[in-house]
Amino acid sequence: MIKEVNNSVSVDDLKKFKDEVLHKYPKKVAKKRDKAILLNDPETPPQIQANVRTVPGIITQRGCTYAGCKGVVLGPTRDIINITHGPIGCGFYSWLTRRNQTKPETEADENFMMYCFSTDMQDSNIVFGGEEKLKQAIREAYELFHPKAIAIFSTCPVGLIGDDVHRVARHMKEEIGEGINIFGFSCEGYRGVSQSAGHHIANNGLFKNLIGRDDEKRGDLKYRVNLLGEYNIGGDAFELERIFEKCGINLIATFSGNSTIQKFENAHTADLNMVMCHRSINYVAEMMETSFGIPWIKVQPIGADSTAKMLRKIGQYFGDQELIDKIEEVIADEMVAVIAAREKALKKTNGKKAMLFVGGSRAHHYQNLFEELGMTTLSAGYEFGHRDDYEGRVVIPTIQIDADSRNIEEITVTKDETRYNPRKTEEELKALEAEGMEFNGYEGLMPQMAKGSLVIDDLSHYEMEKLIELYKPDVFCAGIKEKFCVQKMGVPLKQLHSYDYGGPYAGFKGAINFYEDIEMIACTTIWKELKAPWESETYVEAQYAY
Amino acid sequence: MRKIAIYGKGGIGKSTTTQNTVAGLAEMGKNVMVVGCDPKADSTRLLLHGLAQKTVLDTLREEGEDVELDDVMKDGFKGTHCVESGGPEPGVGCAGRGIITSINLLEQLGAYDDDKHLDYVFYDVLGDVVCGGFAMPIRDGKAQEVYIVCSGEMMAMYAANNICKSISKFGKVGDVRLGGLICNSRKVDNEANMIQEFAKKLGTQMIHFVPRDNMVQHAEINRKTVIDHAPEHPQADEYRALAKKINDNTMQVIPTPLAMQELEDLLVGFGIMN
Repeated sequence: MIKEVNNSVSVDDLKKFKDEVLHKYPKKVAKKRDKAILLNDPETPPQIQANVRTVPGIITQRGCTYAGCKGVVLGPTRDIINITHGPIGCGFYSWLTRRNQTKPETEADENFMMYCFSTDMQDSNIVFGGEEKLKQAIREAYELFHPKAIAIFSTCPVGLIGDDVHRVARHMKEEIGEGINIFGFSCEGYRGVSQSAGHHIANNGLFKNLIGRDDEKRGDLKYRVNLLGEYNIGGDAFELERIFEKCGINLIATFSGNSTIQKFENAHTADLNMVMCHRSINYVAEMMETSFGIPWIKVQPIGADSTAKMLRKIGQYFGDQELIDKIEEVIADEMVAVIAAREKALKKTNGKKAMLFVGGSRAHHYQNLFEELGMTTLSAGYEFGHRDDYEGRVVIPTIQIDADSRNIEEITVTKDETRYNPRKTEEELKALEAEGMEFNGYEGLMPQMAKGSLVIDDLSHYEMEKLIELYKPDVFCAGIKEKFCVQKMGVPLKQLHSYDYGGPYAGFKGAINFYEDIEMIACTTIWKELKAPWESETYVEAQYAY
Repeated sequence: MRKIAIYGKGGIGKSTTTQNTVAGLAEMGKNVMVVGCDPKADSTRLLLHGLAQKTVLDTLREEGEDVELDDVMKDGFKGTHCVESGGPEPGVGCAGRGIITSINLLEQLGAYDDDKHLDYVFYDVLGDVVCGGFAMPIRDGKAQEVYIVCSGEMMAMYAANNICKSISKFGKVGDVRLGGLICNSRKVDNEANMIQEFAKKLGTQMIHFVPRDNMVQHAEINRKTVIDHAPEHPQADEYRALAKKINDNTMQVIPTPLAMQELEDLLVGFGIMN
């Protein structure tokens, strides 16, 4: 069934946006932005321009490569000491700002997430090179904390002056010895067009330096899964862990919400990889399949219905009636509270309009929750998604590799001689596919969005203001950079990077939280009171007399 | 106070020419400061008679922020004030950033203040203008006057032309001007005429033609300028003449760099045809 855009805004209205915006831009900019602003067609998604450089001068939502590598992918792991090699700002402003949570199993377990480690490069380190200071920082960190692993993250100046973080890592590993793991990332902020490059660099590093170092099978051997691309923002991972445990599913590793080094090292012993944020982690899923024979599926545990769908997929994959029954029992049990909360919220939220410009998968997943609230997504887009995140993985062979993408290291992964073990035979996979399961696939955002809705990649600030001005959505989802500009325009903004102060929003209990939070912010009359008193008062006007 | 930067291709004789000219100005009674902007830190060797001094950046690194002007400045031949910016070892860090740091520090320390009664500051800058740091002396009014040392060799002229591009870029937004080309002869055919013509095309002048003479080498081995080592030698008079011409120079222009083809035509016309 093809969804139609809410009646109150017609396709013509949405077309008007594009015309108005492009008209304002200089010719070259208009030509470029034209390819990134599309009216959706879910049946045959149009080709969108994505993962290309932002036009200089445009206020973009994007972050840098360092942010993607250190902040997003490696940041949520509690027992790696992450040292930012660079001036202090890079380390400081990427310190816990995403509200990743973590919960050590015992009080004695290591947790370095509340610390911010940086080499605090000064002018003289730029002039004379910073490698010595980095070595000193590693020595200091080791002496203070004796961690199992230390990771080094390169910031822009490090690349410019040519400090070799990988050489330093090797050197310090030899110097310290005692089984410590030290590795570096060449994730200088300018290395890619957005944080997406940093995700790829982080994925490569995870695979080269951590995954597969511990072969011991721990815990329940029956239903072993990994969850990839889940970063435990606002406690999402805790909720998902709760659900898996309740179903009797053994979650070996999460990449990387509430994670530890040992879980990464052990991840290859799982039998199924589930990819949540496709953009930031699909590389690891692919590499683990090639190397160890673990198939992967795309899941969306955002929204109660799609969480249930994920669980049913797991049941289907393992094909064990006991598990399937247990899953159904859990879903039925959880859905009672969900439905009650949904019905309560629906009364107010039904028919309202949302816009989402966030991430490389969140702008897609959160539409599930809005749908459950009876809300229409008028417009959505990613900050750093690629074409496959919009149009689906089927378009991957047709994506043009440009110079910016070539700038990112590609690692070649081959079958692990001793440990490659296909978890399902070709026939079994085919049979599951015949039943409707999709492996190594992601259909993207466009097929799930209504016909005629606006899809915009790398939304600019100007375009954002125009969207709000023309369509007055009831809620706008983005990040901290947009939050207060949007709210000053009288539209509530929900941060989907950090969840403001809320969450979790994943799984069943998360859905309930989301229903409540959205009802609260989108259905209040406070937004009408935004006009300052002097804006509506009449006042005496005067002129200079000459 | 006149602030002068000397640029030119690596190995062309910038440091030698600068120090000999400075010696000439000092002899005239001028109060001159020389700032070496080369990580090798060899721009003041002849004025200081080889005395190894601590560079600004080394001092900064060892002493921290607490640096006195006396720590980095030494007096050389006839009271010339000598400073070496210094820099990282080859292949490490960022020498360009080093020059920025060191010039800023000199300003902070008051090296250029009125109470120093300086007549001249000379910046002796490494090689071609390779990055922003090395253009520092000609940015933001650090130096107002540039002289380019060149010869009749293709690559020296090519480098001179590149430096002109940078001067014309910064000259349009700031007050840096080209004072002229100093031809440090390599005994290339028809050299003086060719450089004169090159200068004309750039919109400037060949301020002096310094002939090649072994006495320069002799003086260098003795860690002295020619004026210091052999004051009676004709080569000493050449540097005195250059010093006087710079002292009297009023021709300050924004140069008009040549296109590659024009430069090649010039070489063909003067070098090979004759």
